[in-house]
Amino acid sequence: MSSQQNTKHQLRLGVFFQGVNSSTVWKTPEAGSQTDFASFRRLVQTAERGIFSAFFLGEGLRLREHLGQIHDLDVAGRPDAQTMLAALAAVTKNIGLVATQNTTYNDPADLAHRLASLDLISGGRAAWNIVTTDNSWTGENFRRGGYLAHEDRYTHAEDFVKLAKRIWDSWGTESIARDAKAEAWLTGQHPDPVVHQGQHYSIRYTSRLPRSSQGRPVLFQAGDSAEGRDFAARQADVIFSAHGGLEAAKTFREDIKARTLKAGRPVGAVKIMPGAEFILAPTPQEAVEKQWWVKEHQIGPQQAIAYLEQFWGQSLTQLDPEGPLPDFDPQIIASDVTRGSGFQNAKAIELTRAWRAQARDEGLNVLQFVRAKSGRVGGSFVGSYTQVAERLEEYAASGAVDGFNITPWLVPTGLDDVVNHLVPELQERGIYPSEYAGQTLRENLGLARPETSTLPRKNGNTWIEVAV
Amino acid sequence: MSTHDRSDSLLILEADGVGSHPAAWRYQENPSNALDIVRLARVVLSAESEGFHAVSFQDSRAVAVQGPRGGLDAIQRAAYLGAVTHSIGLLPVIDAIYTEPFHLATQLAGLDSISGGRAGWIVLAEGTEQQGAAVGRDALAVEQLAGEIADVVRVSRSLWDSWEDDAVIKDVATGRYLDRTKLHYTDFIGNRFSVKGPAISPRPIQGQLPVLVPETLATQGHDAVLFTAPDLDQLLTATGASAGARIAELEFVLDAAGESAASRLAQLNAWENWDSERARFVGSAEELITYLRSLLPLVAGVRLHPATLEIDAAEFSELVLPALRSTNLLADLSTGATLRSTFGLPPAKNQFAHLATNAI
Repeated sequence: MSSQQNTKHQLRLGVFFQGVNSSTVWKTPEAGSQTDFASFRRLVQTAERGIFSAFFLGEGLRLREHLGQIHDLDVAGRPDAQTMLAALAAVTKNIGLVATQNTTYNDPADLAHRLASLDLISGGRAAWNIVTTDNSWTGENFRRGGYLAHEDRYTHAEDFVKLAKRIWDSWGTESIARDAKAEAWLTGQHPDPVVHQGQHYSIRYTSRLPRSSQGRPVLFQAGDSAEGRDFAARQADVIFSAHGGLEAAKTFREDIKARTLKAGRPVGAVKIMPGAEFILAPTPQEAVEKQWWVKEHQIGPQQAIAYLEQFWGQSLTQLDPEGPLPDFDPQIIASDVTRGSGFQNAKAIELTRAWRAQARDEGLNVLQFVRAKSGRVGGSFVGSYTQVAERLEEYAASGAVDGFNITPWLVPTGLDDVVNHLVPELQERGIYPSEYAGQTLRENLGLARPETSTLPRKNGNTWIEVAV
Repeated sequence: MSTHDRSDSLLILEADGVGSHPAAWRYQENPSNALDIVRLARVVLSAESEGFHAVSFQDSRAVAVQGPRGGLDAIQRAAYLGAVTHSIGLLPVIDAIYTEPFHLATQLAGLDSISGGRAGWIVLAEGTEQQGAAVGRDALAVEQLAGEIADVVRVSRSLWDSWEDDAVIKDVATGRYLDRTKLHYTDFIGNRFSVKGPAISPRPIQGQLPVLVPETLATQGHDAVLFTAPDLDQLLTATGASAGARIAELEFVLDAAGESAASRLAQLNAWENWDSERARFVGSAEELITYLRSLLPLVAGVRLHPATLEIDAAEFSELVLPALRSTNLLADLSTGATLRSTFGLPPAKNQFAHLATNAI
């Protein structure tokens, strides 16, 4: 390898198995089960063959509804994330295992313990994608119901994450006896209970697990509001961002750099991986054709109408999918039409008026318009293997991102062309690893092993937080 | 003792840590083996090939007062093993009192999917101040535990049924992935919690997972009870105490490597005394075979707690299990069988299946 290649910024890839979304194609024989263990195993093993850094599972704690009924048009049904990842740890060696888990509807001690357990079971490959909700509709499945005010989401989540870090660090290092003749199984300092009395919960919990080989689970965060970005800059290791376009990604990187420095952390402490969809083929023309095939299979007449219903705030079953967009303004509604995913835009009236004009000017019917409108919020990479590799080279050179989180549009074979064709192109260009850097997720993401400096110290009867 | 007795009893190996005796780790080269999943996988793969019907994983939110002070999450241990085993049942011990019922039911459904229908649940319900404090809740009085277990089991069963088996239809003509008439709200309101439903995961492969509850807390909704007694004789007489499937809890120490069980136990107890309320067998393999020949025809199964996994469970596999198998006292084993069928339970009916007209 030349010295020039050594200095190139390397991209990393992750795969996001959402389980519930409108972009996974199911109306075709190639679409396998969304829920069988074999599908998860197939996808994670393909990703590991392609030296992917991470395998993500999504989470939603209530089945989605649309216009007051179970939403029936998209793939649905997913496993408990950590249970599935513990099983996948048995059939993989290097890939990181990322569980999306909600701070609002979990208990800090329980979630921290389970994540620590997954981290040990996987040999230091676990991560937590931190999400938060204030949604009382989801709360109907849980003991506490809708207890959290919208403005408290992030203070609540941050207290939760700080508590989790205290629990993970509470054993210190080298705490278990080295040999059978030791005085006791736990040598060193006996772990103190983590005690917290706060606005949202009071706990007293003695950790049952030591630190893992990567110290503690890697923290991912995806919130994009100013509050969410500051939260990530203070607490997270990786941002799963929505800014996949090159210019947007550069701006986002600068913004996060500033916030990270302000939070007193080194710039490189927070990695950025936007979500992305890849549609690849041997030639540019085939890729474009494939993109239309994918869109046609993602969005049929029913999906197109349901999409517009989210913004119009009402049932549009009389609408002709081959006809024009509705010629009336939306009904403004208090709660989301499709609950558990999309939302009615705050500027629904202006937005839908602009859409009507656009569809009329471009001569698009409902189906054509929605297919044109839909796409990843993050990056979308459509092209030949070489074309996409060249585009990714620009990203690598710019340093705007540390990699991408790919949402495959087909399960379980949706990564095959990325791994078989794109990854080798990236490796040849020196912008993608040819092997795993190490055993742990932190090593493979280029993150430092965290010290236990966050360990709270007891001063008399008072707990003091030391640099969290 | 007649050798013509026949029963279909199950053998469940308790595989927490490195053994049930708190000093079991003294026989490990590396004490942190108690948290080593790869080592556990070796133990369980052996247990599977030697003919145990199921393996269980003790767990508790409270830090252990004896032996290793740590433990991996029981469902995660079971899930990891679900991916590498093929016939053995997987029974995590999970607290019903402080765990979120929605999470608990989802996690068990996931385990069932991963293992191809080999998941079950041993209910733990202690309700202590220490465990409650971990999640910011109060202790629960002993007399309230049974009712709470019944609520949590009932809502779990309701969530497992909330997707009918044929809810995923992938109907291209109508654009529907799901048939929403096959999805049902649980609308459960209990004494201490409510759950709207439906589940976020499809119905488990088994439909309903076998649920095992301690006899003293059993009221309704379970498939078997776990019972024990202060000693071996009382365990034999306690077998007829109630109707339904009953599984005896028995701990044991065997002679090994030319050393008597009694002297091995004395050595272990010198490190740390084994405080337990279970019936305990201490003796030779031959004596244990004789004892189990008396016990097995009286019970649906035995959950065995070996003093050490690497010595006592291994001796049991080598010397006791083949003798029991040859006497027709044990249920058959078949690869690919669900845990329900191993337990002799009929296929699970769906409580919502007849409600198609009331569907949401």
